[in-house]
Amino acid sequence: MRQGFQRKGDIRKGSTVFMGQRKVHTGEIGKAVYDLIYSSSFFLPAGVLVALQGMRDGETDRTGKETLAVLCDNAQMAPEDRLPLCQDCGAVIVFLELGQEVCLQGPGLGNSINLYTARAYEEFYLRKSIVSDPLRRVNTGTNTPCFIHTDIVEGDRISLTVYLKGGGSENMTRLKMFRPTASPDEIVLFAAESVREAGPNPCPPVFLGIGIGGTADAAMINAKRAVLRGVNTSHPDPFYAHLEQRVLEAVNATGVGPLGYGGKNTAAGVYIREAPSHIASLPVALNINCHSLRYRKIEL
Amino acid sequence: MSMDSWKSIITPFDETVARSLRAGDHVRLSGVLFTARDKAHERIGRILKEGGKLPFDLKDQVLYYVGPSPAPPGRIVGAAGPTTSSRMDPATEMMLKLGVRGFIGKGKRSDHVISLLGQYGAVYFGTYGGAAVYLSRCITSSRLVAFEDLGPEAVYRFEVKDFPAIVVNDTEGGDTYEAAIRRSVRL
Repeated sequence: MRQGFQRKGDIRKGSTVFMGQRKVHTGEIGKAVYDLIYSSSFFLPAGVLVALQGMRDGETDRTGKETLAVLCDNAQMAPEDRLPLCQDCGAVIVFLELGQEVCLQGPGLGNSINLYTARAYEEFYLRKSIVSDPLRRVNTGTNTPCFIHTDIVEGDRISLTVYLKGGGSENMTRLKMFRPTASPDEIVLFAAESVREAGPNPCPPVFLGIGIGGTADAAMINAKRAVLRGVNTSHPDPFYAHLEQRVLEAVNATGVGPLGYGGKNTAAGVYIREAPSHIASLPVALNINCHSLRYRKIEL
Repeated sequence: MSMDSWKSIITPFDETVARSLRAGDHVRLSGVLFTARDKAHERIGRILKEGGKLPFDLKDQVLYYVGPSPAPPGRIVGAAGPTTSSRMDPATEMMLKLGVRGFIGKGKRSDHVISLLGQYGAVYFGTYGGAAVYLSRCITSSRLVAFEDLGPEAVYRFEVKDFPAIVVNDTEGGDTYEAAIRRSVRL
């Protein structure tokens, strides 16, 4: 995706009008990422807090209810104490929808986003959790690089989403390549079994993103995107909305409960994002997010 | 939240106390906790293998699997919730041999670790994952003990007051996480 920018940048040298009329400095996008990292790290999105409070009030298991009360308290305490919601301040995942009428100016977009991310993690006392190499494992000391996904879309708007994902829940990620004739029942079972096996590890109640279809990589990215759709929403297609509901019920019947201590709230929500697929393939990807779903969106 | 069903436990504690705790017990720990996560376990393993001596004594101590966020100016410690314990499973017997009596983290332990707890007389506590500010408020002091170069993975000595935890695995094979799932099957 980043290569795509470079190609367009080269074209721009010859013709500035080619890329469109709206000029945006990459520093402006970097600064927006900086601001979104701040709000995501310290303030639980209103919808997430409302979901936690609702589960706390409805939970019948005593330990589960106590646990949810602690999680609600924690969300109130973070801004009071000026400490991040979780000590795992996450990998920074950025979804960028870039209107093709936009003409980017300034330093490289990826560099700008990384520069401002490094500033945010330093200035807000966030934990830096990224190593430069997966096997040599030396911490970059900046929490960069970010993981940036860019789509070029129509128009002259920029839509930016910052999503902070902790390691504990990311490690519970699953991908299964189903037979293309598999029934929705098998997908429901796969999701519920995966969350049951993950048990306490991903810090439930989880927000469960499910990518169905596409190629394996597309399914995984769709699973990531799906949990950012909006906490209290269901799929616009009734077929998938029904499937989300079935998965939610199956996951909550596992009894894992809040942080694995037991109860009826194992998932706070289920979010499906589907994609066209090869005739031979039916990938299903699970993005298991902890109870601390930290993200923000902005339009530039 | 009522406090009356919570047991108050002073840390460090001995084997008798460890063996008296049962899976499902809600406890409030007051006293000392040592922090250690992946890199500290690796470093301790290397020192022991080379025949070296550790710069701290873990006999009867409780280990907290945590890598806090940096402490802002004027604060004792940053956000400090538990990390996933299973990553430390392969190095847990080493810690038990050093005399560790309790471990605090989040998530399941291996069957091997669960059996070692009975053998050595130690317990595994779960605390509240993702309640990092709530738990930070229970930490009354923090002192760097070793491996400063490991940053958030260095070994710190915390003093805590009424730090909440639940006994997940006891010395008799009890398992709170398994019990939670079994409860739902019965319903």
